[in-house]
Amino acid sequence: MLALKVNGTVHNLDLEPDMPLLWALRNEVGLSGTKYGCGIGACGACTVLMDGAAVRSCQIPLSSAQGKEIVTIEGLPADGQSHPVQAAWIAEDVPQCGYCQSGQILAAVSLLKRKPKPSDEDINTISNICRCGTYVRIRRAIKRAAGIGI
Amino acid sequence: MGELRSVQDSGGISRRSFVITGSTLAGAMALGVMAPGAARADAPKLASRYWADDGVNPNEVNAWVVIGPDETVTLRCPMAEMGQGTGSGLPMLLAEELECDWSKVTVEFASVNRNLQAGTPYGNMLTVGSMGIRMNWEHVQQAGASARARLIQAAANRWNVPAADCKAHQGRVTHTPTSRSLTYGALARDAAQVTLAAEPQIKRPEQFTLAGTRQPRLDSAIKSNGAAKFGIDTRQPGQLYASIQSCPVFGGKLVSVDDAAIQGRRGIVKVVKLDDAVAVVADNYWRANQALKALKIVWDGGASANTDSTQFRADYRKALDGPMLTARNDGDAKSIIAGSKNVVEAVYETPLLAHATMEPCNATVHLRDGKLDVWMGSQSALANARMAAEVAGIDPSNVFFHQTYLGGGFGRRSFGDELRHAILVAKAGDIKAPLQLVWSREQDMHADRYRPQSAIRLKGALTPDGSLAALHIESACGSIQKSTGQMHGDSVDNTSVEGIGPSVPYNKVSNWYTGIQNKNTHVPVAYWRSVGGSQNCFYLESFIDELAHAAGKDPLAFRRSLTDRPDSLSVLNKLEEVSGWHTPLPPGRGRGISLVDNHGAIGGHVAEVSVDAKGAVKVDRVFAATDAYHVVNPNLVEAQIEGGVMFGMSAMLFGEITIRNGAAVESNFNQYRMVTLADAPEVQTYLANTGGVDQRGKPKWGGVGECSVAPIAAAIANAIFAASGKRVRTLPFKNVKWTELSQL
Repeated sequence: MLALKVNGTVHNLDLEPDMPLLWALRNEVGLSGTKYGCGIGACGACTVLMDGAAVRSCQIPLSSAQGKEIVTIEGLPADGQSHPVQAAWIAEDVPQCGYCQSGQILAAVSLLKRKPKPSDEDINTISNICRCGTYVRIRRAIKRAAGIGI
Repeated sequence: MGELRSVQDSGGISRRSFVITGSTLAGAMALGVMAPGAARADAPKLASRYWADDGVNPNEVNAWVVIGPDETVTLRCPMAEMGQGTGSGLPMLLAEELECDWSKVTVEFASVNRNLQAGTPYGNMLTVGSMGIRMNWEHVQQAGASARARLIQAAANRWNVPAADCKAHQGRVTHTPTSRSLTYGALARDAAQVTLAAEPQIKRPEQFTLAGTRQPRLDSAIKSNGAAKFGIDTRQPGQLYASIQSCPVFGGKLVSVDDAAIQGRRGIVKVVKLDDAVAVVADNYWRANQALKALKIVWDGGASANTDSTQFRADYRKALDGPMLTARNDGDAKSIIAGSKNVVEAVYETPLLAHATMEPCNATVHLRDGKLDVWMGSQSALANARMAAEVAGIDPSNVFFHQTYLGGGFGRRSFGDELRHAILVAKAGDIKAPLQLVWSREQDMHADRYRPQSAIRLKGALTPDGSLAALHIESACGSIQKSTGQMHGDSVDNTSVEGIGPSVPYNKVSNWYTGIQNKNTHVPVAYWRSVGGSQNCFYLESFIDELAHAAGKDPLAFRRSLTDRPDSLSVLNKLEEVSGWHTPLPPGRGRGISLVDNHGAIGGHVAEVSVDAKGAVKVDRVFAATDAYHVVNPNLVEAQIEGGVMFGMSAMLFGEITIRNGAAVESNFNQYRMVTLADAPEVQTYLANTGGVDQRGKPKWGGVGECSVAPIAAAIANAIFAASGKRVRTLPFKNVKWTELSQL
């Protein structure tokens, strides 16, 4: 049995230790907000927070996720309120198709934790792909969440 | 996006068919159930589950409008929501006519089953070709106006007063002389029984109060908290998962499968063989996909297995010397070019492109007892449901198609290839449980129907004073109509010539020849966001730039000399005004312009780029102006324009599917690169709408999903030329050998 702590809840799972965290979340834990996009860590749609840092869950075997605090998009809002990054996303109307946005938001949360006032270059380190091309608004939303001028 | 054969159907919905009342349908169908007392925040929204129940809701005023006793308003949308925003836009038009309280609105996707059974009251549901607004505005407005008129009549009946003395506003009908009023919620059930003597007139854009205003999109919240349900998120009790691999060589066949390596693996239910594919069914998608990768599969690719991109590229160039079908022949371009002393000539090429939607194609099916449930996101839900019935061997009335959100469409999600796979696997594997079939990213990229490859030769004759006397264009291009089985014989494929013959922003070039050769290979090709414009606008707008420079003219002024269309001039004027066009840039930087007529709107870009000595290009800034005549929600239009720039940029800089041994080489995002934040330019969008009416006297509505994809490649290429004197004629830019590119 693997003990996986997701959004504050421990799930005891009888799963293969090499199963990527992504598929445990989507198929076994029942959290579908974390998306499959490429399976090779290239697109970032599967981004979650592991001990506060953004990771690509398709590249994290369950054996490495054990004992860590995993936060998915569903676990981001605290007390029923939108997280400041989510609120900024909504205010800027960032999403189009929306499929990559869970990952984009968690990548931004992680960035802002390390760099509360990120420069454009800092923002450019987020390499998540958005096929709809919402980058103009992603940048605006990150700056809005950081409380810096656009 | 792009156009399918049945495009014209969507304009052909009769005025009668959409005003069917709830009671008309109720006799034939089970009553729907509305969640009692469901809490709703005071903001309009798209439901996280997009699809409507298939039964008739007892609170329906008509097939489009449901008003609960608690004053909540549910509006039905007939278009897929794949990011383009039509799920927010069409309901605004409906609410505009309904005169309801916009903050209390929830939107859901109209029932496909009901559409099948009731004579397509919701139209063909085809979400392609930037047609969401421009092909649906009239009947959606009519449905809203009709519902409003019924609510007014119901109130007038209640008070026994003339309907003409009553007014509807913000979800309430008021009897003007006495100021009595009733809410929509109190009137909805009576309204459903009203028969109108005549359908009401719909509003003209100048009468709008909601439509045309900047509004938030309705799905930002559900797409920022993980709640929005995409096809791949479907979870049904007892659901199984399948991963599939098609024969890598298009048109090839399966010979044999050795499954020894997966014997005894956990969770594996079945290996299913199709004629041209193998699937593994398991209790978890990862297990299915891992097992699929472990199979030893023998394919027969046939003769096509010997083909590759190098050969194709040479073939397309060579085809330019072959026979052409005439797509346009105004004046006498051929003899003017033959007799001119000042002819500019160039050959351009572009490759195959994959759609690469963020959500890989997938479909969930539950086939049992002559009934089929489908959960997927589709750009063509009605046609897909009919196809599904045929593949499953059941009556279409027994198909229940649940339209989810689409993780991108771009033209890929209209064919239902993934749905066909899911049904075939369920049938061949005798799977009675719900089955979710997901194309792995590799399968998605290898089994795509790609943007066609093409080569083109352009010639232009200039007069001594630098005016354009004639254009002569010959193109060899993969025909979408042939590849999708819509063309029999050999005729001009309109999708191949849009942007080089028809659909150009210029109307003052009197000698213009466009010839086309349909040149297909075994590789399937199809609609890719902006369709023919994706390559043709790069070609023509780069070449117009070449002509302007050869003529010694300013590229913007040269374009202005080619047209007196008010829409084209509106966009050119806006770009000149906002882009600082006449202000010189420092060395190493350049500014390029392009102008297109694509899917019902004029789009123009000015791109600013930096180019270093080694040819590294950074797109710094893009000014994008659009004339879409009228728009419903500028906020969403601007989002489409911003995103279209990035979509077109990825293709221009990196996009290429290469063929080796008959199969696609690129299989994932590490090989098929996309623009990311680090590459993304600042984009400034401007609406330059000229309004107006069409030939029928009806308001002109543009399509905005594609008109900013088409111009960007040429704008960047022209800016590169302005910065460096080097002309990029073959895409993608990543393949350009900078030092070998001659300085012009």
